[in-house]
Amino acid sequence: MTESDGYVLLALFLVPLGTAALLMLVPSRERAVIIGVTALASLAMLVLSLYVFFSYSFTEGQQFQGVLAFPWMENMGVLGANGIQMKVGVDGVTATLVLLTGVVILPGTWVSWKIQYRLKDFFVLLYILVAGVFGVFVILDLFFWFLAYEVALLPMYQLIAIWGSTRKEYGAMKLMMMLMAGSIFIFAVIFALFTHVGAGTFDMEVLINASKDETFQKIFFPLVLVGCGVLGAMFPFHSWSPDGHAAAPTAVSMLHAGVLMKVGAFGVLRLGFQMMPEGGAFWAPALVVLGITAALYGAISALKQTDMKLMMGFSSVSHMGYVFLGLGTMNVIGWTGAVLQMTAHGLMTALFFLLIGGMYDQSHNRDIPNFSGMAKQMPIWTIFFVLASLASLGLPGLSGFIAEVHIFIGAFRSYPIVGGLAVLTAAITATYLLRMLSQAFFGEMNPRWTGLKEITWAERAGAAVLAGAILALGLWPAPWIDRIAPSIIQMAGVYL
Amino acid sequence: MTDVLGNALNLDFALLAPEIIIGLTALAIMFLDLFKQELKVGDRALPLLSVLGLLAAGAVSLFFVNQVDDFSRLIQVDNFTTFFRILFIGTTILVIVGSHEYVEKHVNHIGEFYALLLLSTVGAIYMAAARDLLTAYLAIEVLSFSLYVAVSLAKNDPRSGEAVLKYVLLGGVASAMLLYGLSLVYGVAGSTQYTEIATALAASDGSMDMALALGLVLIIGGLGFKASAVPFHMWTPDVYEGAPIPVTAYLSATSKAATFALILRWFAGPLYPVADEWRWAMATLAVATMVVGNLIALQQSNLKRLLAYSSIAQVGYMLMAITGLSSDTASALLVHLGGYLLTNLVVFIGVIHFYNRTGKEGIADLKGLAETNPYLALVLTAGLFSLAGMPLLVGFFTKFILFQAVVEADYLWLVVIGVIASTISLYYYLVVIKQMYLYEPEGDTSRWRISPTGYLTTGSLLGAVVVLGIWGTPLFRASHEAALALFAGV
Repeated sequence: MTESDGYVLLALFLVPLGTAALLMLVPSRERAVIIGVTALASLAMLVLSLYVFFSYSFTEGQQFQGVLAFPWMENMGVLGANGIQMKVGVDGVTATLVLLTGVVILPGTWVSWKIQYRLKDFFVLLYILVAGVFGVFVILDLFFWFLAYEVALLPMYQLIAIWGSTRKEYGAMKLMMMLMAGSIFIFAVIFALFTHVGAGTFDMEVLINASKDETFQKIFFPLVLVGCGVLGAMFPFHSWSPDGHAAAPTAVSMLHAGVLMKVGAFGVLRLGFQMMPEGGAFWAPALVVLGITAALYGAISALKQTDMKLMMGFSSVSHMGYVFLGLGTMNVIGWTGAVLQMTAHGLMTALFFLLIGGMYDQSHNRDIPNFSGMAKQMPIWTIFFVLASLASLGLPGLSGFIAEVHIFIGAFRSYPIVGGLAVLTAAITATYLLRMLSQAFFGEMNPRWTGLKEITWAERAGAAVLAGAILALGLWPAPWIDRIAPSIIQMAGVYL
Repeated sequence: MTDVLGNALNLDFALLAPEIIIGLTALAIMFLDLFKQELKVGDRALPLLSVLGLLAAGAVSLFFVNQVDDFSRLIQVDNFTTFFRILFIGTTILVIVGSHEYVEKHVNHIGEFYALLLLSTVGAIYMAAARDLLTAYLAIEVLSFSLYVAVSLAKNDPRSGEAVLKYVLLGGVASAMLLYGLSLVYGVAGSTQYTEIATALAASDGSMDMALALGLVLIIGGLGFKASAVPFHMWTPDVYEGAPIPVTAYLSATSKAATFALILRWFAGPLYPVADEWRWAMATLAVATMVVGNLIALQQSNLKRLLAYSSIAQVGYMLMAITGLSSDTASALLVHLGGYLLTNLVVFIGVIHFYNRTGKEGIADLKGLAETNPYLALVLTAGLFSLAGMPLLVGFFTKFILFQAVVEADYLWLVVIGVIASTISLYYYLVVIKQMYLYEPEGDTSRWRISPTGYLTTGSLLGAVVVLGIWGTPLFRASHEAALALFAGV
């Protein structure tokens, strides 16, 4: 990846932002125009993210690639020579996360076309959110990083409160206030880092490589953990997640569980471990405990749920627990697993929410006991659903397996008991997923649902994209691992 | 020419040109109002004349960029003054253009209304420009007296009378406190000139004089009233609610910013040598103001009262910068003031146009605005999000810079409280936004549009809020220059 590829990185978040601005000018009656514009924009984002992913190849001694910086504010007041810059660049970790975002937004856009109520406003907000997510992954300046982080959170309130279902106002407000409370901590950490390093710059590369006092790191690392952990639905700050997911419209659930929660985990990695490796090493055991607790707690709670979306919400808490567990192991394989799990869970959970949304729009019911024998009524839907479930419970050959195997090996290396518990969690996961499958999809057909039609072509196509990605990662994970692992080996504080 | 002490005096009246223009415009407006029938001019002539006068004054003040001079040792003309000249003149123009329909319908004595706004602008500018305690005090009173009258001008609204009574009585007490405080400082320092007070206080051995301590307390109390800092904020919600909305907008923008300009001049100038004695007081005020303002705002049902408490909360953030006052925090405070003025104006002008159409000002009356007037709903949403400090809008940028500067001044704990308070504020702004977007409109559900001048003002302000939110460098640069000028004399 060369410096000129930095413009591609800029385009990653300027395309959705520009699309949002463009859509504002389109009259809301012109549905065809809106659909056309979003089709092009989502395709462009996928192409750009594929380009970023495949043009990135690890080179020794190069922390970030495609680095491009424009001075924005300098040499004034508190700011030093390179005070605030618009700086972009990717490493192996963010290259994969960029790809994940690109893959999820495409079907997310497709399934949203059937929204009847204020379609234009929906896409304006959705694309602002996506711009924020891409921004978090590619921006290398803390000011803009935090700006992008907040941009990614801001539209959630309106998206859920206006287009959501089940207790949407409550879910939206709870989510918003909890996430904003989380960003208080991030705010404090950013200022503290800036002041502590004292280089007068928000440049993340400089801040990562600057030496920091060990006590400082020990004090401020937990703040990152809490601040970003809220967004990553880390136990015990996860309680917004099931409510928020249950209330959110399909595409928002997909993006939120699929990508936005990864922003939280990624924040712990970049702002936490990379900025403060010694603090990270000190607090890693806590992360392991929280991670495994979340994994177990989420799985056990999911056992009790009957609402499919709530079950997926708790299942997400459980899977994000694996991510934090992987980060807590502090070894390369565990971290690689954590990043792989972000991708794997993102794809799998996006597929789940897409399918549940496609069914809920017809039946207005998500209670598992109300369904049975759906395989006869909606065979294609069932195939995708089974695939997503199998990926979620970690069947070899699908994405979840690759990620979980890495995390489990990492966990066994550092904390064998925790590794054992993680395997137990996988068993519980299998229980609730298989039980749901047997109850809702197989057995006697419930006559109440004979009116249900197969999911729409847009949804089939979207599901196919996600299923393809799940299979690709499951069958041939080398492109991912080749990018993630070498970048991680370079990071300070990780051991092999 | 020299004064009695033999100091050379500069009587270059050109330095005062912008204010002279504004003052003459105010006189011309009263004259025009008086002979409206004879001269056969419509009501629109008055706002038009005011805006022309203000534009001329604004253009003239641009000549003083990067100039440093003083008029007769009473008025300082430097970048700090120029910054506030442009800011105040711009604010008044926007208020007048954005609200002239409202004024025609809901305000008594239109001629006096515009004349008073112009005169109070002069007062506000001299609060920023004074370099002598007495000049500053006169400027405060020019601003306050104009506003006392302006608050009472609402047509057919008994709340207006109640508001003005409260405002005058409490304002009088505050002025008395302030004046007594100033006289004590004069007693200690032996001069009313900022520079000489600074020299005198810096030369003292550092032990705290009781008279000075009392003077400081009285000054901070008086200024706290003018800026509506907790616990001196009691008048604010009632006055904001009772006054005509343009006056409320003006109170929350110019009056507040002028008070902070004065605070900066005093506390960065004559009172800077005794900074250790007042920082704690400012910190206390800041915490109380942020916390109380935000918490009480949570339970408001009237839009104007809500905005009153939200503006109180904003004062708290600004007081943090005064607590850690230095050249850097001053420039950050000026950035924040600029952004706050823009944001507040966009919200208030939006509310004015909402009131023009509906005659209502409750939060619940905004129901379904996104259906009946999506543009206005967008304007209000952007404004409220910017007040809450959300990104892509100027509020995020200015708050970030402000908090950053306060952290650099070693007040991390203050910033933590500030950030928590500002997160709480998001809740009540969201409640307003929720009304507009989540509910169906009640009663009249037909679509409506705001007037062309409404589009002009809200559109340009919205543009500024977004552009400065993404690229705030121009504002930061201007503030930085102003802050440098402020500290040049120290």
